[in-house]
Amino acid sequence: MKSFAYERAETPEAAVRDIDGATARFIAGGTNLLDLMKLQVETPTKLVDISRLDLASIDRRDDGGLTIGALVPNSDLAADPQVIAGYEVLSRALLAGASGQLRNKASTGGNLLQRTRCYYFYDTASRCNKRSPGSGCDAIGGVNRILAVLGTSPHCIATHPSDMAVAMRALDATILTLKPDGDRRRISIHALYRLPGDTPHIETVLEPGELITHVELPKPVAGRQVYRKVRDRASYAFALVSVAAIVAVEEGRIASASLAFGGLGPMPWRNAAVEAALVGQAPSADAFAAAADALVADARGYGANDFKIPLARRTLIATLRDLTGA
Amino acid sequence: MFGFGTTNSLTMDKPHPESLLDSAVQGSIGRPFDRIDGPSKVSGTATYAAEYPVDNLAYGFLVGARIGAGTLISIDADAVRSMPGVIDVVTDLDRFIRVAGQGGETQPPTQGVRDIAFMGEIVAIVVAESYEAARDAALRLPVTYEAGEGAYAFAAARAKSYVPPDGVTPAHFNQGDVDAAMAEAPVTIDATYVTPSQNSAAMEPHASIAVWEDDGSLTLYGAYQMPSTDASQLAKCLGLSAKKVRIVSRYIGGGFGSKLGIAPESVAAAIAAKQIGRPVKAVMARQQVFEATVRRSNTEQRVRLAATRDGKLTAIGQESLVSNQPGEDFFEPVGIGTHMIYSGENRLITHDQVPLNLVLSGSMRAPGEAVGMIGLECAMDELAERLGMDPIVLRKTNDASVDPEKGVPFSSRSLSRALDEGARRFGWARRAGPGEARDGEWLIGMGVASAVRGNMLMESSAKVELRPDGTATISSSMTDIGTGSYTILAQIASEILGLPVDRITVALGDTNDPPAAGSGGSWGAGSAGSAVYLACEMLRGKLAKAMRVEDSALTLKDGMAIGNNRSSPIGEIVGDGLEAIGHIKPGKQEKATTQASFGAHFAEVGVNRVTGEVRVRRMLGVFAAGRVLNAKTARSQCLGGMTFGIGAALTEELLHDPRNGKLVNRDLAEYHVPVNADVPQLEVHFLSERDVHANPIHAKGIGELGISGAAAAIANAIYNACKVRVRSFPVTLDKLLPGLPDL
Repeated sequence: MKSFAYERAETPEAAVRDIDGATARFIAGGTNLLDLMKLQVETPTKLVDISRLDLASIDRRDDGGLTIGALVPNSDLAADPQVIAGYEVLSRALLAGASGQLRNKASTGGNLLQRTRCYYFYDTASRCNKRSPGSGCDAIGGVNRILAVLGTSPHCIATHPSDMAVAMRALDATILTLKPDGDRRRISIHALYRLPGDTPHIETVLEPGELITHVELPKPVAGRQVYRKVRDRASYAFALVSVAAIVAVEEGRIASASLAFGGLGPMPWRNAAVEAALVGQAPSADAFAAAADALVADARGYGANDFKIPLARRTLIATLRDLTGA
Repeated sequence: MFGFGTTNSLTMDKPHPESLLDSAVQGSIGRPFDRIDGPSKVSGTATYAAEYPVDNLAYGFLVGARIGAGTLISIDADAVRSMPGVIDVVTDLDRFIRVAGQGGETQPPTQGVRDIAFMGEIVAIVVAESYEAARDAALRLPVTYEAGEGAYAFAAARAKSYVPPDGVTPAHFNQGDVDAAMAEAPVTIDATYVTPSQNSAAMEPHASIAVWEDDGSLTLYGAYQMPSTDASQLAKCLGLSAKKVRIVSRYIGGGFGSKLGIAPESVAAAIAAKQIGRPVKAVMARQQVFEATVRRSNTEQRVRLAATRDGKLTAIGQESLVSNQPGEDFFEPVGIGTHMIYSGENRLITHDQVPLNLVLSGSMRAPGEAVGMIGLECAMDELAERLGMDPIVLRKTNDASVDPEKGVPFSSRSLSRALDEGARRFGWARRAGPGEARDGEWLIGMGVASAVRGNMLMESSAKVELRPDGTATISSSMTDIGTGSYTILAQIASEILGLPVDRITVALGDTNDPPAAGSGGSWGAGSAGSAVYLACEMLRGKLAKAMRVEDSALTLKDGMAIGNNRSSPIGEIVGDGLEAIGHIKPGKQEKATTQASFGAHFAEVGVNRVTGEVRVRRMLGVFAAGRVLNAKTARSQCLGGMTFGIGAALTEELLHDPRNGKLVNRDLAEYHVPVNADVPQLEVHFLSERDVHANPIHAKGIGELGISGAAAAIANAIYNACKVRVRSFPVTLDKLLPGLPDL
């Protein structure tokens, strides 16, 4: 590990003031950052410890939604009665991720920003455009069974590893931030992440030194919720494919559908065409197949991960069957 | 090596029908005692290799090559030497070892790191005042190479396969004519099974602390399974006489074969410590354990079976391709169990080696059987289906009564009994036809496989001392790699000497103590246990003399010696103390009988019909391994083996980039050993058995029996569940998906 300076921030304002976003990093749970520092994939000159900030509460707003502090541990969020009651998909997604020990430590804000698990990202001797811009991508043509089939570019085929963030996308979460200049802004989760294009090292729209302070969930919506995760072992494995789904059926028709996917793309994936294929339709094999076709319409495999395309179709169809009883 | 004064030595030339473990009355043997080392382990006071408090210690971090093959040109030590905390950059291009040592070898492993034979080869060690300073400098150390041509892809290199020298099993064995038998037989199977490279993934990484003493001798605190031969390997690497090297390896956080021989960190730490004049600790990072120690070879097994219509095998063929680094002789002995498990006149069991520029292949838990029984036992399942026969009946039909190749009897063999007992306990009769049982989204299946693991006796010795306070101490360079050696050795002494277990102290893992073969090949209990037995037998004779009774008239129980109508505390009749050394070595029984443990695995799995995910729902292992010395540690060994089987069947696979040999999944997040959620209710049942040909304690090996066949039972259950036969392991969902029904 490269030597670094350490500061503990007392307030969010102090945290963003103390950080030079280009070479410093915030640290909360550290469940991903410390691993990357040990391998010198990340070599910050300074860590600003935000773990003691007063951002660990979950509050009900007047509009019926929830405001979740960025430092709420994944375990606490998953077990929160309000989350279980109104946002079951989120609780389930959290519990499908990592291990009990990691969930105790990992924070809500950090989970949104965790880095890919692409093998080549983790070895500084490999070429990786995300780690070392312009160096190339060893995953294309290499071992890529776990990597992305949607939203990839010739520069990067990494996936985003989070389960929580997939549920957050299905729930239309909003990210609240504080910028170094003291401005606060609200970013829809749909606008938070960027496709890799030719700059895969830039993963979000956050500016250097911008701190996530809260995540807002709108008030609970109608419909049944489920998070289904397909993986190589029963726990402590990243999703090959996952689906966060909220579907409401009224009078024999699908009234609303909110579907997000993990394991398929460089960000938690959501595609309006998938939902459009369902809304207004009676739950049926044909409607489900149309939604699944829409999901994988632009999918592209890289050899060992080709199987994710039929797997995603099957998983989505089965999830829709479960939720609608069709 | 084995010359002692008060030594009771036994060579197993004859059967040993009488055992003091049957006539003694203390009641310790076989009981499910908790591990005597358990409290020190859970309280953190047990010293693992990296945990010895050593003064003036410097910290080393190893540097692995980042090319797949070629030549090391330069190491720019000056570039990092001035970094804060850095003491030195040390290398020795002639003496550093390129690969780990193989188990039991007294010769050094291949030395010299000028030539890079695989990515990860340890070429230097950076030594600093802290681990982090050493790691930082090691990661920034400029090393230049001239890239060479390497062979990284098995499929492309297979044309270069060659016949390796014989190992623990012959490279090529042929009896009769398998081709002709296949041509004549009414029912045949000819199928190819593929298993991947695997890593032992022991919890404790390889670690060494090297301390040079004033007299020029070296003490190495290491995590080694076989300290006696490892000291010899290390001494020769360093140009020392074996007497000048002491290895201390008291607690080992799992080895599974990966710590049988010395690994590169030991030599690097020793050379660095000498150079800087301070003790050096070198702990491998997890990535280095994966990259630079040892793997189980991948295998490709062509299995051919020929049978009569009533299921009698007329031919067994298992022709395997395995891999290792160019110039390394060890080959994965895939067919070792196939030699003795089933009858059948015509037999062809071969191993050909494919040279690959990957980390050394060597022993991993049940080398041979762990993978060979996958191919054979899946093929038996396929044959049973083709015959329209129950797979258990097929196996029992071919249960060999004598060694099918050597014609000698088995020392003990309970295969059919294990199959029958298992079928009854598991509810085998409820098994449905392929694809017929379902539980919601899950397709349910049951599978069975036989288990066999050769039994070995290795020359070993142990000292037992009886003291006037009525306590005893056992000392030996035997090791406990988490198996329970400490406990079972105490139980053996307790039983024979009539002392409660808590009055017995056991000291293991130090080459200053009497030499022993250590832990490997499941021989530890039988070998070191027999040495302790023999020492105690001699002490018992001395106690009888002190009591003035015949040996047979002496009873030892609860610390009392009883005989001739009187009783005395044992401590009061030992004078200033008594000691004896027990020494066992293999003899003619090894050839006069074929010795192996046998058993049967039963698995029930669910295959998700949507996703192809496989989850094991329950497993049963029925085993016969001679006398069970401790019902709890023996069961734990089998649970561990069966868990390895789940990993081999479903998840474990080292993934190498075919372009440069880079091992991409080199940590425990991406090399998938089973986690708790993958391991369901496992049931273990031992059949009562004694083996008088094996050793005086009548016990055979257990540790590796539990893995043999376990993965095959799971794969056979997968077929029974969903009617998809996957012959490439691990059986991940992507391989099952194409065969699953449309939604």
